[in-house]
Amino acid sequence: MSENLIEVRNLKQYFNAGKSTEVRAIDDISFAIKRGETFGLVGESGCGKSTTGRTMIRLYDATAGQVLYNGVDVHAPKSKKENHALNRKMQMIFQDPYASLNPRMKVLDIIAEGLDIHGLVKGKTERKQRVIDLLETVGLNREHAERYPHEFSGGQRQRIGIARALAVDPEFIIADEPISALDVSIQAQVVNLLKELQEEKGLTYLFIAHDLSMVKYISDRIGVMYFGKLVEMAPADELYRNPMHAYTKSLLSAIPLPDPIYERSRVRHPYNPKDHQYGSDEKVEFREVAPEHFVLCSEKEFAEMQAARV
Amino acid sequence: MTKILEVKDLELSFHTFAGEVKAIRGVNFDLHKGETLAIVGESGSGKSVTTKSIMRLLPESSAEYKNGEILFEGKDLTKIPEKNMQKIRGKDISMIFQDPMTSLNPTMTIGRQIMEPILKHQKLNKSEARKKTIELLNLVGIPNAENRYKMYPHQFSGGQRQRIVIAIALACNPKILIADEPTTALDVTIQAQILELMKDIQKKTDTSIIFITHDLGVVANVADRVAVMYGGRIVEIGTVDEIFYNPQHPYTWGLLSSMPSMDLEDQKLYAIPGTPPDLLNPPKGDAFALRSEYAMRIDMERRAPFFKVSETHYAATWLLHPQAPQVEPPALVIERMKTFKGSRYYVDQTGGTV
Repeated sequence: MSENLIEVRNLKQYFNAGKSTEVRAIDDISFAIKRGETFGLVGESGCGKSTTGRTMIRLYDATAGQVLYNGVDVHAPKSKKENHALNRKMQMIFQDPYASLNPRMKVLDIIAEGLDIHGLVKGKTERKQRVIDLLETVGLNREHAERYPHEFSGGQRQRIGIARALAVDPEFIIADEPISALDVSIQAQVVNLLKELQEEKGLTYLFIAHDLSMVKYISDRIGVMYFGKLVEMAPADELYRNPMHAYTKSLLSAIPLPDPIYERSRVRHPYNPKDHQYGSDEKVEFREVAPEHFVLCSEKEFAEMQAARV
Repeated sequence: MTKILEVKDLELSFHTFAGEVKAIRGVNFDLHKGETLAIVGESGSGKSVTTKSIMRLLPESSAEYKNGEILFEGKDLTKIPEKNMQKIRGKDISMIFQDPMTSLNPTMTIGRQIMEPILKHQKLNKSEARKKTIELLNLVGIPNAENRYKMYPHQFSGGQRQRIVIAIALACNPKILIADEPTTALDVTIQAQILELMKDIQKKTDTSIIFITHDLGVVANVADRVAVMYGGRIVEIGTVDEIFYNPQHPYTWGLLSSMPSMDLEDQKLYAIPGTPPDLLNPPKGDAFALRSEYAMRIDMERRAPFFKVSETHYAATWLLHPQAPQVEPPALVIERMKTFKGSRYYVDQTGGTV
């Protein structure tokens, strides 16, 4: 279990690098995802969490840093064949099930596209049978193969998106806000499906979301991002029980819970990055405050947090 | 409490190529002065259509009021001519839309957009209207209002744009504010700010708010009363505490159980099976019966009337009929009921069951 499937090392993604409009979407982040675990990435919109996912799967080329998949650098130059093999192992589920399926293709062809590209099936009957198996895996049925995306509800479309990602037998799936566009009751269906598939196939997930209660539910470990930087990373329970970075505290205090009595007394802690008052000579680094619990902090804050723990 | 709006037996259909979609099938509720009524339900349950029918914002070519009335200050809004409706819309009743990215005009300065309803409905000249606009921008927390007033929507962030939309909605001190998923497109931190802003303004102006959302956390935060909609009907209505701690309808149970709670470990999340009903051919009895494990034979045949749980709490489920068998709600719901006085699962602080 402790073997790292993915390692992200000092990853940077600058848009318009060197120009006056430079945006540091990802600013030097490092983390690792173990085989078979779910790593949740949370933060507000614009913090770079989706960019991180997209850079890891090489939809963007990284400005600097490495993404190692099973020890292989995703961004290093590779032959077509090597790329092909890597692409098969990493798949993505997108946020908007209305925009991520081609409206002019039948579900059969949408799901089989990956199979065709990677030459995983021979002949029409095998292709169709494989698609039907996949549809059944995600809780749809064989009749659905001949239909078009507009004939499905949001939850069903997201299932099609999941079937498409599973088609090539990947090891690692990046789910970029897969449930944000769905209703509460349908969200639960999709999350349960993702969990079942993980148990069955031993998948590894990167789960990107801003709904913190769902992230806690599905993730083993969680990373919190703020303006392109990872500010805190810890096992899911630990992060919620014992948040250390001021931004994480603020984020947690902003979640409304379905509990009116609690809501009447909930106090929100706003976050102001200036409160840290880092000196120019202070080194702000990612430090391990408790076992497995990392926080972006200065030497002084580190000492304070450690003192507070004991 | 004075009633400000009464919706009675409202039925509304859309005429489409596929046939008649019965989007609202008998909705009844009152809105009191100064309260916040939340309407919750899945997409397609009719919550947005209900509020749009109050505002008369539905296309007249396809939407038809089949039955019922919407009473506002003695007038039935379903019957008055469009010209009179225009005097109410934006003045007495105004609306905040879901997506601040698309509900502002990108080619107009935000100042002009806020001034529009003021000039239309109030007898103010331009410089007075401008002063009022700047006051509104200050009220909703846009800093440096004198300068920003001349800017265009793209120069603002999502949260600021939603504040501007709120400013437009508040421009004429409306008696009723309808907010249709005003925070769904926003981040949790921004959402918290907008909710605080709305509550703050309500305190100052005593506006009544109808708040549509599917986020039960938000409901718990803002609502005084809650109406749960399913399949074009209200299935349960009560105070926020009654709905969260003493729910009676199986659909409300399902909704409350499908939210992951922060201190729940590794249990499987409860998912309501199936999909919402097709309102082209709505089911005969209880629309939720086909997805409910508590359905009885009568649910398939006849829709349940509202049973009274308390003065403020009503639920449309046959389970409340005196002859119905006693059933156990889901475990998570029983946990909630334990904290509610008057529920049969109530556990006293000292430990004894009442």
